[in-house]
Amino acid sequence: MIDPALFWKATAMIAAVVITSSAGEVLTAAAMKSIGDLDEIRAHSGMKGAVRAVVTCPFFVIGIFFMAVAFFSLLFALNHMNLSLVGPAAASLTLVTNTIAAKIFLKEKVDRRRWTAAVLVCMGVYFLAH
Amino acid sequence: MSHPRLNLQQILILAFVSISTPLGDACLKRGMALLPPISLAHPLSLIAAVFTPWIALGIALLIGYFASYLTALSWADLTFVMPATAMGYVFMTLLAHFWLHEAVSWQRWLGVALITAGAGYVTHGPANTTPPVNFADAIEAAHDVHAAQGVAAEQEAQ
Repeated sequence: MIDPALFWKATAMIAAVVITSSAGEVLTAAAMKSIGDLDEIRAHSGMKGAVRAVVTCPFFVIGIFFMAVAFFSLLFALNHMNLSLVGPAAASLTLVTNTIAAKIFLKEKVDRRRWTAAVLVCMGVYFLAH
Repeated sequence: MSHPRLNLQQILILAFVSISTPLGDACLKRGMALLPPISLAHPLSLIAAVFTPWIALGIALLIGYFASYLTALSWADLTFVMPATAMGYVFMTLLAHFWLHEAVSWQRWLGVALITAGAGYVTHGPANTTPPVNFADAIEAAHDVHAAQGVAAEQEAQ
């Protein structure tokens, strides 16, 4: 029987990793969508122009902040739980939350093909960790 | 609705995103294994580790990964890039088996097969389902608005 306090503590730590990681990835994707094709920008304004376009985008800066929070949340979770639990749980759930967030916030057309691919990769990550 | 296929450069960028993470991680692991144990009492030895060849190569690969990942997100959806680049897990398993000589169980090979199937399936669909941002179009649209405002002002004056 799992101790309920321990269960909720583990759930909260994994949820923190998943939510901050998803926020970081979706904000970064929103930034890159708002900037446009980097290859075109680089061809037009050079590498410096492309780097400037990325680092001056507010969504990118906030996205990086959330990615950093996700990294430290992961370190904190690893300090309390096994890698074999945190690693696959965070990776698989982040895939699902990213897909939902991309559909809601980025207005991506997530059809049956993309859901199937996300679920297959999720299951694959689960098996890889065992 | 027809969707433009990925060009060779875009396929190479996705491939680099996939292989640079496991390669970078493997280089870091190899580099750290060559060093004596690092304690928190001597944090400066961690900085010195950055300049060893394997770790420097690992960091360079991870920087390259992030730049390629951002480039991919600029012309493809997040829900396309994620499964398409999940092949990194497959490369990581292959590296662990063939380079680091680690034992790989049948469950892990099943995981590899599922990820390969997912990545292969999603890459047969469109890469981008949202309207692309094109600076040339944006500038042209701004000119059109400006011209329309000019015409409206002229008509008002007449």
